[in-house]
Amino acid sequence: MPGDRLTILDGGRVDELPAPDGLALVERARAAGRPVALDREEGAAFLGVSAAERGRALATLEAPDFTLPDLDGRLHALSAQRGRKVLLVAYASW
Amino acid sequence: MWQALHEELGPRGFAAVTVALDARPEDARPWIEAAKPTHPSLIDTAHVVADLYNMVNVPTVLWIDERGRIVRPNDVAFGTDTFKHITGLEAARPLGALRAWVRGETPGFTADETRAHLALPTPADQEARAEFGLGEWLWRRGRRDAAGRHFDRAGALAPHDFTIRRGTMPMRGVDPMGPKFREMLGAWTTAGHSYYRPLPDTRG
Repeated sequence: MPGDRLTILDGGRVDELPAPDGLALVERARAAGRPVALDREEGAAFLGVSAAERGRALATLEAPDFTLPDLDGRLHALSAQRGRKVLLVAYASW
Repeated sequence: MWQALHEELGPRGFAAVTVALDARPEDARPWIEAAKPTHPSLIDTAHVVADLYNMVNVPTVLWIDERGRIVRPNDVAFGTDTFKHITGLEAARPLGALRAWVRGETPGFTADETRAHLALPTPADQEARAEFGLGEWLWRRGRRDAAGRHFDRAGALAPHDFTIRRGTMPMRGVDPMGPKFREMLGAWTTAGHSYYRPLPDTRG
């Protein structure tokens, strides 16, 4: 319920909390330098990953791993391709 | 095209991994069904990969070696020359370079070169991605107007991020190939910016 509850979206996790607890998490994330998108009316906040953290990870040149579904919902991890040379292609219908 | 490349170079220890930055799996389905991929062909509605790799447009391609290291960071490469008359970018050049790398004829970039070409995100880029993330979640719950406000904020924070500015158009009932897009593109290029930003050696 917007107003007294806050849904916190954090790295794929979704937690619905009493608003004061949710707002405390938002403040903690901000204090840690994380980007936060907050919508009090909608009762939701998205806690992102800081530019510094993303930059540090990329600068190691280690390809960040991810797991995503295909059209049939089967999950695939990038790291399952270890041992092969990989062309990672991001595209879209738009 | 990526499927053909995957078949051609697979025996040499190569894999294509494609990721559709589409709002709905259905949007990507016609492309995927036409390609009949045997490589991982993935759907990323939440733009997880765009966030991890700081991708701001499509197509974006990277080379990753056998050890899982980036040896060529975010670049622009088309599988075909379908859009060459618009983009000025030929498919042949990056494809030739990719084949030579897979066959072991040429190395990728050195670590120093790769780092020099890495595009790292700014705090505003990551604020924009948080706004997109919240908007995408709201949109999925049917909160279209609220979602639109966060997409607008995201676009204002990172006007160069077309995975957000153009990628959210279909979620707002706007034709991503239509007049609104052409207006956005015109304003962007008139202001002296490039829509596609290939690495120096990919440019024609």
